[in-house]
Amino acid sequence: MKEALGTNTNVLPVKKRSLWSEIWKNRVSYLFISPFYILFLIFGLFPILFSLYLAFHSWTGLGEMKFVGLAQFKYLLTEPDFWHSVGNTFAIWFISTIPMLFFALVIAFLLNLPLLKFRGIYRTLFFVTNVTSIVAVAIIFQSIFNNNYGLVNYFLSLFGVDPVKWLDNSVLVKFVLASMVVWRFTGYNAIIYLAGLQSIPQTLYEAATIDGANRRQTFFHITIPLLRPVILFTVIMTTIGSMQLFTEPQVLLGDSGGVGGAGMTLSLYMYNQAFIQSQFGYASAVSWALFIIIGLFSLINWKFVQRF
Amino acid sequence: MVGKSWISKGLTHLVLLIGVVISVFPFYWLAVMSTNTTSQILHFPPKLIFGNQLWINLKHVFANIDFLQGFTNTLIVAVISVVGTLFFCSLAGFTFAKFKFPGRNFLFVSLLITMMIPSQISFIPSFIVMAKIGWVNSYQSLIVPGLANAFGIFWIRQYCDGSVPDELLEAGRLDGCNQFRLYWNIAIPILRPALAFLGIFTFIGVYNDYLWPLVVINNPDRFTLQVVLSQLNGIYNTDYGMVMAGTLLATVPLIIIFFIFSRNFISGIADGAVKD
Repeated sequence: MKEALGTNTNVLPVKKRSLWSEIWKNRVSYLFISPFYILFLIFGLFPILFSLYLAFHSWTGLGEMKFVGLAQFKYLLTEPDFWHSVGNTFAIWFISTIPMLFFALVIAFLLNLPLLKFRGIYRTLFFVTNVTSIVAVAIIFQSIFNNNYGLVNYFLSLFGVDPVKWLDNSVLVKFVLASMVVWRFTGYNAIIYLAGLQSIPQTLYEAATIDGANRRQTFFHITIPLLRPVILFTVIMTTIGSMQLFTEPQVLLGDSGGVGGAGMTLSLYMYNQAFIQSQFGYASAVSWALFIIIGLFSLINWKFVQRF
Repeated sequence: MVGKSWISKGLTHLVLLIGVVISVFPFYWLAVMSTNTTSQILHFPPKLIFGNQLWINLKHVFANIDFLQGFTNTLIVAVISVVGTLFFCSLAGFTFAKFKFPGRNFLFVSLLITMMIPSQISFIPSFIVMAKIGWVNSYQSLIVPGLANAFGIFWIRQYCDGSVPDELLEAGRLDGCNQFRLYWNIAIPILRPALAFLGIFTFIGVYNDYLWPLVVINNPDRFTLQVVLSQLNGIYNTDYGMVMAGTLLATVPLIIIFFIFSRNFISGIADGAVKD
């Protein structure tokens, strides 16, 4: 025992010294990567932990923080406006994601056809929607779907349809919000699918064709399985983005989320609680709820896509 | 057979063209509205072609809101962010790609994990941090938090891995280059395409950012362009011609930049997603 300890104390410092000297030798490397970690500590990790602390305290931004335990989480679970915003967020996610990813896949397949002319121009014109600011998109869509004089209502009037109050109707306004998401992100997802399709080796298709597979079989047995990671990526990114939807409803409908709060999303709700109502503690509890929802829902989507 | 392929080609282009029209139409409509008076826009039937009111609408924009100040603020924040991001991300990305040091993998994996944290979880306390250090209403509040970001470091590391030859670095080392010299004189010239993408990506992101500037800037003199635009829309939403002219003016510079760099930019986005 004593001997073992003795050898241990002999070995350990040497090992330690060599690790430290190894670290010291690479000090420049640590210095070069340090800015990220320093910034993450101050503007990432600390705020996340502080947010958790705040979620257990009642605080209006001024004066003392008051510890309230789980009260704010309990309140949140019974708050109708919170659940309303959860419902709205999921509704907009559902209306936008499926058509968007479907259109994106169709566009990607067409752009991947051999000998297609103008491929580069198509790519650029499909992608340009994604570099446009959401504020600008919301302003343009606001006029297109205007309750009275909007362009859509004008076209409907040509067929004798009375003006539709797109922005005041609690169902239609979700379609308007979803249409903005679809418009802005279909091209982006198409470009990603296209890159995924192009990364599938041509030899696989050739081999399958030699073995007598038809186009349908190669599509379901080569294209889809090999595209799965890319589809997974887009589904997860879309989920995370949709759950954080803020600018579209805020610019289109204002802080209130429109008539009856029909366009109130989770993020807009959190923003209101923090920066309009000054309920920083409660808003932090909301942000943790948002975090948990994003985590769980991403996981569900992941499992769902993997089953195919 | 020849006829059939001709038809399928035509069909392909037809579908793609419908998509292009949907993509491009809102821009066309924005331009049309910017060049017409509000009463022409709200008239039934609305004017569907360009008018000659652009100049007058733009004058109203400048008379009602400090558009130039917003543009200047955005430009200052965007340019400093781009330069800083390129420097810090490439320095760290190069180091991760080309140097071995204890804890490297752990540090890199933890960096990747931070990319998956939704930004809104830290949103409220980040604002409080800014308030505590007196950075509310400052350019720093918009620049500093994103300077050395995980995506940029990841991106440069991936590119560096495949493109900067170890032999070249070894030769540089024999010539007496220190680590910073190796980065500056050898890696940077090779990394130029990756830096171009990251630069445009950062610029577009900062230019279009809305929620964070909305929260952290309360002084109208420091409003960024997107906040100015949203104010313009919120306050003067009865003057459509003016709001649209302002929106057009705010949108056009970025679209021009995008068209110039679109090849590099689009393939960068695609690579970033597929190589993960």
